[in-house]
Amino acid sequence: MAEEHVNKVPTGPRGNRVPARGMPKQKLKKGTVLRMFKTITQGNLLRLGLVTVCIIVTALSSVASSLFLKTLINDYILPMVQTRSGDFKPLFFALCKMAAIYLAGILAVLIQNRTMAVVGQTVLKKIRNEMFAHMQTLPIKYFDTHTHGDVMSHYTNDADTLRQMITQTVPQTVSSLVTIVAVFVSMVVTSWHLTVFTVLFVLFMFFVTGKVAGKSGKYFMKQQTSIGDVNGYIEEMMHGQKVVKVFSREPQVKAVFDEKNDTLFENAYQANRFANNLGPINNNLGHLQYVLCAILGGVLATRGVGSLNLGAVAAFLQLSKSFIMPVNQVSQQLNSVVMALAGAERIFDLMDAEPETDNGYVTLVNAEKLNGELFETEEHTGMWAWKHPHGDGTVTYTELKGEVRMFDVDFAYVEGKTVLHDITLYAEPGQKVAFVGATGAGKTTITNLINRFYDIADGKVRYDGININKIKKSDLRRSLGVVLQDVNLFTGTVMENIRYGNLDATDEQVIEAAKKANAHGFISRLPEGYNTMLTSGGTNLSQGQRQLLSIARAAVADPPVMILDEATSSIDTRTEALVQRGMDALMKGRTVFVIAHRLSTVQNADVIMVLDHGRIIERGTHEQLIAAGGTYAKLYQGAFELE
Amino acid sequence: MLKRLAASVREYKTPSILASFFVSLEVVMEVIIPYCMGKLLDNGVTPGNMAYILKIGAVLVGLCVLSLTFGVLAGRNAAFASSGFSRNLRHDMFHNVQRFSFSNIDRFSVASLVTRLTTDVTNLQNSYQMIIRITVRAPLMLVFSLVMAFRVNHRLSLIFLCVLPLLGLGLGLIIKNAHPIFTRVFQTYDKLNRVVSENLHGIRVVKAFVREEHEKEKFNTVSENIFRDFVSAEKLLAFNAPMMQLSANSVMILISWFGAQMIFASGNSAENGMTTGDLVILITYAMQILMNLMMISMIFVMLTLSRASAERICEVLAEESDLKNPEHPVTEVKDGSVEFENVSFSYAGSRDKLCLKNANFSIRSGETVGILGSTGAGKSTLVQLIARLYDATEGTVRVGGVDVRNYDLDTLRGQVAMVLQKNVLFSGTIKENLRWGNENATDEEIEEACRLAQADSFIREFPDGYDTHIEQGGTNVSGGQKQRLCIARSLLKKPKVLILDDSTSAVDTKTDALIRKGFREYIPSTTKIIIAQRVSSVEHADKIIILDDGEIEAVGTHESLLGSDRIYTEVYNSQTKGGAQ
Repeated sequence: MAEEHVNKVPTGPRGNRVPARGMPKQKLKKGTVLRMFKTITQGNLLRLGLVTVCIIVTALSSVASSLFLKTLINDYILPMVQTRSGDFKPLFFALCKMAAIYLAGILAVLIQNRTMAVVGQTVLKKIRNEMFAHMQTLPIKYFDTHTHGDVMSHYTNDADTLRQMITQTVPQTVSSLVTIVAVFVSMVVTSWHLTVFTVLFVLFMFFVTGKVAGKSGKYFMKQQTSIGDVNGYIEEMMHGQKVVKVFSREPQVKAVFDEKNDTLFENAYQANRFANNLGPINNNLGHLQYVLCAILGGVLATRGVGSLNLGAVAAFLQLSKSFIMPVNQVSQQLNSVVMALAGAERIFDLMDAEPETDNGYVTLVNAEKLNGELFETEEHTGMWAWKHPHGDGTVTYTELKGEVRMFDVDFAYVEGKTVLHDITLYAEPGQKVAFVGATGAGKTTITNLINRFYDIADGKVRYDGININKIKKSDLRRSLGVVLQDVNLFTGTVMENIRYGNLDATDEQVIEAAKKANAHGFISRLPEGYNTMLTSGGTNLSQGQRQLLSIARAAVADPPVMILDEATSSIDTRTEALVQRGMDALMKGRTVFVIAHRLSTVQNADVIMVLDHGRIIERGTHEQLIAAGGTYAKLYQGAFELE
Repeated sequence: MLKRLAASVREYKTPSILASFFVSLEVVMEVIIPYCMGKLLDNGVTPGNMAYILKIGAVLVGLCVLSLTFGVLAGRNAAFASSGFSRNLRHDMFHNVQRFSFSNIDRFSVASLVTRLTTDVTNLQNSYQMIIRITVRAPLMLVFSLVMAFRVNHRLSLIFLCVLPLLGLGLGLIIKNAHPIFTRVFQTYDKLNRVVSENLHGIRVVKAFVREEHEKEKFNTVSENIFRDFVSAEKLLAFNAPMMQLSANSVMILISWFGAQMIFASGNSAENGMTTGDLVILITYAMQILMNLMMISMIFVMLTLSRASAERICEVLAEESDLKNPEHPVTEVKDGSVEFENVSFSYAGSRDKLCLKNANFSIRSGETVGILGSTGAGKSTLVQLIARLYDATEGTVRVGGVDVRNYDLDTLRGQVAMVLQKNVLFSGTIKENLRWGNENATDEEIEEACRLAQADSFIREFPDGYDTHIEQGGTNVSGGQKQRLCIARSLLKKPKVLILDDSTSAVDTKTDALIRKGFREYIPSTTKIIIAQRVSSVEHADKIIILDDGEIEAVGTHESLLGSDRIYTEVYNSQTKGGAQ
């Protein structure tokens, strides 16, 4: 097969496929190979054992068949012709023997291919599922520091190169190696002189292909850079396409694009040109080796060096052909192994990323009150309690009320860059606390600390009097409802999206929540009502409608504490008035943290905190703050706008 | 589809043909070389004829050099042609996108356009290179070898004719059965990507609602489906190689058996018929024929795989802009008057989903007009018709007394400057960004425009002033600064009509007022159309248009609307009671 220099048939998912040959070598961490090996073998030992047997059978069968013709002619046909004996029986048996060997080889290949398909896909599924499961445990910080595109590519490109390596490259390499060893032994037995020559020649071939691959690799690097450049430009212009139109800048934009496109063309051409040369060079060097070996063998045989006879030379030539072929194969696949390992390494990096720490042991349980005392119960009573086990084995219960207190909290996303300083606040159960301030003042950060998306550097946060670090994260978050500025809806029906807040909610409860959030009206008018499918994040809904859905989603969760982070900022003031009614209904009886741009949203809060550069600079009710005549009052008078 | 793609080959037709030509020559060499090797072995090495070895050896080296040359030339031309093809594809798509109207742009998402221009093109480039090299090579080798085989011994070659159709049938069956599975796998892959992507975007929601387990289940179901489909598809493909081996080996054994009898009959003499040499050659050709048949089946798999990419590319290439210049365009805009006569508009182009219904109004040149209405009321839609970013579904829009459809598009858009709601700055310096408005603007003109847009002062505060580098998407300036830069950019056009689509929402009210004051004093003859959320931005306008659900509810001044118009009064009250806005 090596003589036919053809790219592997890609059968994987779509992706940016770069030719494997001639890619620049990448440095790999130690241990990746071993870990990859472990991942592949785990749970697949039997299958891999079977495959190994198959590979050996296949390789031996192919070695046997490469010598078949010679045996057939020299040992059967020629003697028959010479002796003129019409006895075809030995030939018949020889052919039967050969057929049996072939059949064994064919069966082995079939079993090997089918088993490897299962092995490859099992490993991939395992990796995929583990990767996703681990991704779910990662802290928000991870997602802040990695682009979505990067993470996505682990599931597509990296996984795909891995699949190719496992199902194609590795078995082929192993099979080639077995063949190489078997043939090499036969070669040494036949003539060590010629073996030395062949090995030297193979080294020479490596040297030449290495040179060409290096050149091609250089251009592949350049090609990658130009691809990045062109893709970046395409992305920027596609995003700004409407602006381009408004300014009639099409000619200039086209000109810049053409220039970048031409550079890419030049580099792609050079890279592929050198890569394409590898095949012919390898082939013809192989031919050359054959000729040189024939001449050398002829000379050695006629001089009688090393008891080499002409028959042996002929046999050796056949062998060397079978030797060069798999050697070429292995060398060509080396790069794709390196690429796959690099992909594996990126996947392992994700799997090794530190998960969210959760040492919480205080859990949330259903509770009921008997004679003024709290008891845990299995039933859904509508009353919740924090179950607090103590070191001495006793358990205490605290009713979930929704009181949040912060004491001298400092926080930094990146070490050394403190974004919150000395934040102290009290939110009594049922109170509405508002945060006002410019972008980057730290409003969202405060709420991120309450639901422990991030952990505080210094200070204390108490929830119903319990240190929130002691509360199990999942229970803590279950007790907090969140409505964010960017509404994230999932592909599915409207019903499913609202139910996201509480998977156990009945259809009636979902509709109830939608009514509460003022969303029922527009949902009823959708073509299929609550069963309308939302596609790609609900782009078929208006911003206001999506916001209402996200409020309904929080409503169905029915949490004692709500965080509304700029929940209405992208809605105009009139629509907001409608949403506001839903929000007011939702906020009743809950502790609420509101972050808003618009002062109209926060005016009726029990306390308003004005944040500036991570510090609370003013606090009080709307009236108190207006009277104080500080930043809030200036904002209110429109002397400046928040950005 | 193929015709459309082929149109992008253009100047790379010659290299493509050359590549195929050199591949053919390479094929010839590859057929001759094994033949000579056989001779070398039979007549040189086996009898120990050193002279013959050297002679044929020299010939072989020469053939190798030729083969190498052809191979390199083929590779070079193939690389040239395929890189060139992809360059043309990108060029054609990008240029076509530049011709797109707004409604064309709306039809494709940005992300999908980017994928089509990048990944899909790369896929096609690889396929194209494959096609011009292998597609010529494989059938050629097949035919060539078949002919040679028949010349050597036509009776034995009949064996090929028996086995070939069987193998072809088998390969065809595999592909036929595997293809639908692969198509399904790709769709499932899209689903997988969607789940991951929705999780990445919504990770805060997932965590806030503690839905990690739920998401895992969702993912695992999709993952399991991929696993199942992929395994069954690959298990089918697994038959490929064994089947081909089975055929090859059957042919070898059959040829050996019958060949041996023929050789025996002829006494291994060429005059009487079959020789052992013929047997060796026949078997070599047998291998080549089957190998190439295999190759052809691989090409089919490869092509079906890139078909999806090809289809997506063709969609972009086939998309025709629905806004065209008229045949005899008007190239001068007389003044800044704007008139709407019975204008209705629907993005879908149908009468059922009108975003603007029967709009009628006229604006005199130089007037300031405010447009107010809730989200989705049709404000942006209305103003976009003025610059003919969309064509009205019904009715007529006139600028300077002329139907906008009669203007040369560049002329119209040069005179009707529009500051879009979702505006974009491009990577480059502030000055470069501003010059989008007018490429030949002098520094003084630029500074003047910036002073008018209240941008001059903050630009001067940057260390590099007007040469400050703007990051892609304008991420290194604040929202309000970005809006002011965008206004300045439009002012540089010195337009007759200036449209601000909610373009001062992040600018504080004081600065907002200053910008409007500047407009009044310095560009009095320009018609100013301002869409705003804030009543304060429009209350001093000559005319205020109130839009509600696609219909013009009222047109009037602040005084006439306040109290008489429900919506205006509601908005006014909500904002004055609500505070600054």
